[in-house]
Amino acid sequence: MTERDTLIRLLPLVGAEPEILNDERIAHVVGHGHRIVSRRSVPGLDLDLEETPDAIVGRMTVRAGIRLEQPVHLCFGLAHPTGRQNIRLDLAVEEQAAVSVLSHCLFPVAQAAQHRMRATVHLGPGASLIYSEGHYHGPHGGMQVVPQASITVGQGARYRSDFSLLSGSVGELTIDYAVEVEEDGVAELTAKLFGHGTDRITLKEAVVLKGRRSRGLIKTRVVLADEARAEITGVTEAHERGARGHVDCLEIVQGRAQASAIPIVRVCHPEAKVTHEAAIGSVDKKGLETLMARGLAPEQAIELIVSGILR
Amino acid sequence: MASPLLSITNLTFSVEGRTVLDRLDLVIHPCEIHALLGANGSGKTTLASLLMGCEGYRPTAGTVVFAGTDLLTLPIHERAKLGLTLAWQEPARFEGITVREYLMLGRAESDPALMLRLVGLDPDRYLDRLVDKTLSGGERHRIELASVLAMKPKLAILDEPAAGIDMLSIHQIIAVIRTLKAEGSAVLLITHQEEVATISDAASQLCNGRIVCTGSPALVIERFRGRACVRCDGEVCGYDRT
Repeated sequence: MTERDTLIRLLPLVGAEPEILNDERIAHVVGHGHRIVSRRSVPGLDLDLEETPDAIVGRMTVRAGIRLEQPVHLCFGLAHPTGRQNIRLDLAVEEQAAVSVLSHCLFPVAQAAQHRMRATVHLGPGASLIYSEGHYHGPHGGMQVVPQASITVGQGARYRSDFSLLSGSVGELTIDYAVEVEEDGVAELTAKLFGHGTDRITLKEAVVLKGRRSRGLIKTRVVLADEARAEITGVTEAHERGARGHVDCLEIVQGRAQASAIPIVRVCHPEAKVTHEAAIGSVDKKGLETLMARGLAPEQAIELIVSGILR
Repeated sequence: MASPLLSITNLTFSVEGRTVLDRLDLVIHPCEIHALLGANGSGKTTLASLLMGCEGYRPTAGTVVFAGTDLLTLPIHERAKLGLTLAWQEPARFEGITVREYLMLGRAESDPALMLRLVGLDPDRYLDRLVDKTLSGGERHRIELASVLAMKPKLAILDEPAAGIDMLSIHQIIAVIRTLKAEGSAVLLITHQEEVATISDAASQLCNGRIVCTGSPALVIERFRGRACVRCDGEVCGYDRT
């Protein structure tokens, strides 16, 4: 089986069907290590990617006014226990353009490998981007996964990201996202993480509401089992009149796991407002007892609550 | 009369040296709606939690027999499997769990849409909503009642089922309680709303952790209206519920 086939075979694990890569209406990029093993563009989307010895580098642009009906699939990963993958991507969604990007990161047998993604994202005025990133890792841990992104959301634009790591053991995961939002722009960042084994998860998301009436939401759901640890930092700054931000962090700790949450809120205008809520602890006792009062055994009730939080 | 479904005898519960339930006796028969009236702090919710087996609620003394089984030795889910359930006064919220899923937890073959209609909620609007904080208190209460209906329990403990429900809709809640009875369930109806208690077959008044009066709903409601708790045998306990 080729490396391409190995990655494609795993797509259902992150909610995608392999057939999408044969569909001419759907743009995609499949990268193994620093090689691009498959790609397709569609009208209105410029895909300018190249292989270098130490990275996949390039630019993806959705041209002004283009609203892509089908999501763009980015499939990156490694089919071997060891290796490195660096990706440097500039993503531009021009004025009044709209696109949904589904990024599938697949590391089924990785044990001592590295995946780094450094992205700059720019949304022009009135543009829309939904960026969903799903990770699949095997049981071994031992990886270093470092996604970094710098995002600017233009006037009246909407940016929504959804990062999920729901199965397997990653090793070290260090996410660092920074978003600046212009007037009437909206940024919503959601992360759902399930840490196992000795995973070490560091998540930092910062939303700077620079424009009037800009909006920001950081929502984080983390479940930690075994001896996993997580440190979650959500930063929201509001600098202009009518800016509104909210940080919402919930962490469930099981076994010997440890979690911390650091919400940082800065408001620099009297007519701006930022709120935050954070809760860390075991599974909610009342919720657990409610489900048990409907006949669920304790382990069934915990599983349902945890899967609901990460759904 | 049929043998009791629930027999509580000499039930006592103390916490940090304070007696919350004091030698409580109570009997509920199959298909009976039994109202439990009492002022705030009288021990009603403590009794509900203790019967369900919630964490931290283990009796100091006494016995509880439900459907012929010693209830106090069982964990919550085994009590539920025997046919006992509880609708909390402030029901829990669940992220990511839809109303449809929630209503099918207790009995997979239940009809969630029908259950919603019975509590006055439109299935088209609610089945795919989440049982989370986006529901109002009144909506969440109705969904809790629907989940109890769906379970078809032998005994449903309803802790203030009309809390957060507007006056115009209380008749719907009353209809749900009657439906439970018609479907073969007994109900322990914990309430301080006399209008709700009137639908019961029997009633008891709880005061300072003791049942001070048991009888017809009319009798118990009449006594509950008084400022002081008066036992059926004429003894005044001296507790001023105002």
